[in-house]
Amino acid sequence: MTQHTVKAYGDELNHLTAEVARMGGLAEAQVVDSISCIARRDVNLAQSIIAHDDKLDQMQIDIERKAIKLIALRQPVAQDLRRTVAAMKISSNLERCGDLAKNIAKRALVVSEAEPMTPLTRSIERMGHLVTGRLKDVLDAYTSSNVTRAVGVWWRDEEVDEHYNSLFRELLTYMMADPRTITSCAHLLFVAKNLERIGDHATNIAEIIHFELTGEDMITHRPKHSDIEA
Amino acid sequence: MTPNGSSFSRSVMPMNRDDSASHEAATASAATSGPSVKIRARDINVFYGEKQALFDVAIDIPEKSVTSFIGPSGCGKSTFLRCMNRMNDTIPICRVTGAIEMDGEDVNDRSIDPVVLRARVGMVFQKPNPFPKSIYENVAYGPRIHGLATGKDELDAIVESSLRRAGLWDEVSDRLLQPGTGLSGGQQQRLVIARAIAVGPEVILMDEPCSALDPIATAKIEELIDELREQFCIVIVTHSMAQAARVSQRTAFFHMGRLVESGATDEIFTNPRDSRTQDYITGRFG
Repeated sequence: MTQHTVKAYGDELNHLTAEVARMGGLAEAQVVDSISCIARRDVNLAQSIIAHDDKLDQMQIDIERKAIKLIALRQPVAQDLRRTVAAMKISSNLERCGDLAKNIAKRALVVSEAEPMTPLTRSIERMGHLVTGRLKDVLDAYTSSNVTRAVGVWWRDEEVDEHYNSLFRELLTYMMADPRTITSCAHLLFVAKNLERIGDHATNIAEIIHFELTGEDMITHRPKHSDIEA
Repeated sequence: MTPNGSSFSRSVMPMNRDDSASHEAATASAATSGPSVKIRARDINVFYGEKQALFDVAIDIPEKSVTSFIGPSGCGKSTFLRCMNRMNDTIPICRVTGAIEMDGEDVNDRSIDPVVLRARVGMVFQKPNPFPKSIYENVAYGPRIHGLATGKDELDAIVESSLRRAGLWDEVSDRLLQPGTGLSGGQQQRLVIARAIAVGPEVILMDEPCSALDPIATAKIEELIDELREQFCIVIVTHSMAQAARVSQRTAFFHMGRLVESGATDEIFTNPRDSRTQDYITGRFG
């Protein structure tokens, strides 16, 4: 990519992208931690996740302000405009991921008080690894401007959906077998739903990256299961 | 991209673009769907003596819309603009080859009188150039020499309607006999536009019409351009990318004498095809 004639403009754009990447790193860490605090029943970790969420909120506000300022002062067009808008949109998706991780941490606090349900938390952990893997991949695609990698993440959304559906059935079985587990299982169901939503945000980010880099929408219709039970 | 390839051949339909496959397949000659083409240029080469200023330019300019030409200084956009009403005829060392058709008629045909052509294809320049005459005379001059009015009343009516369409009437109706040169820059530019309109042109060429004007006068001219496009085919050369984005439906990017890319303005400014266009509009060279 050729340099901007006005160097400060190029620097501002690079700075914006770097901020989003940094925010992505933090959001990803929050999600990873939220899964471990479910798996390891780690109350301290859960509390630290809840405390850290403000940082993500603040980063999103900063990125949005910087992007608005850049639009007002530099009037970006073409790829620069797409890059600026992508930074805003990705940061708001990341902020939502952070909120969902915080919600998982809150539920971990409740679930930790009940009897351990290892097979279930293992399933949650597996789904969590899948989702964090996608989030990591899509953030790597963003920092390396790799459209193929972004598209790859987009195609893998179905795996997460399948995981969610099987976890849903597993939780139902538990609840029917032993009504005392209903409270924990209900929380774990929300945890699974949150993870599924984080996966959706990763998909959104993949679409945003695709538009940022190519200027075209992803128009291919991704097949979705029609038999989703929740 | 090659100048004869698909680089200029996006669909003529404003605000609409083919998918990339059909885009690649399209050729300039096939780009005839959508609003009717007012000016069709093919294989335009322009030489100033030994030096070639334009290379194989081909473009369709649609009726009743604004097309802007952008590009760095010396890229050939003004040269091409001047081909359209044969202003280059006035430069002895200038030689133009290729075909420019207006409504299917070759403007370079021997049977075409350049004076009549220039009434059909009006021109507005960078610096307002009113005649050193009254406001009234500035507008009345063209219709009078072209015999467009049979009497004083008819001429008065043409002057008034032209000044109204140029958005100047309310500001000058009480001082029509004062010199045109006494108006402000922006008013002078609108006076010149009124003068161009008065002879009933079909096409209006504007060569950086706002570069000598302040932002308010510029906004008035841009508003005027937007209104005039309902009646005329307007082609505007501008160094202000923001202006091209604001006023035109189609944009053509010239670089080093070649037409690099042309297409719907919103597409050019959000997703240009050619890396040179990208670099130019984002401020990476030029």
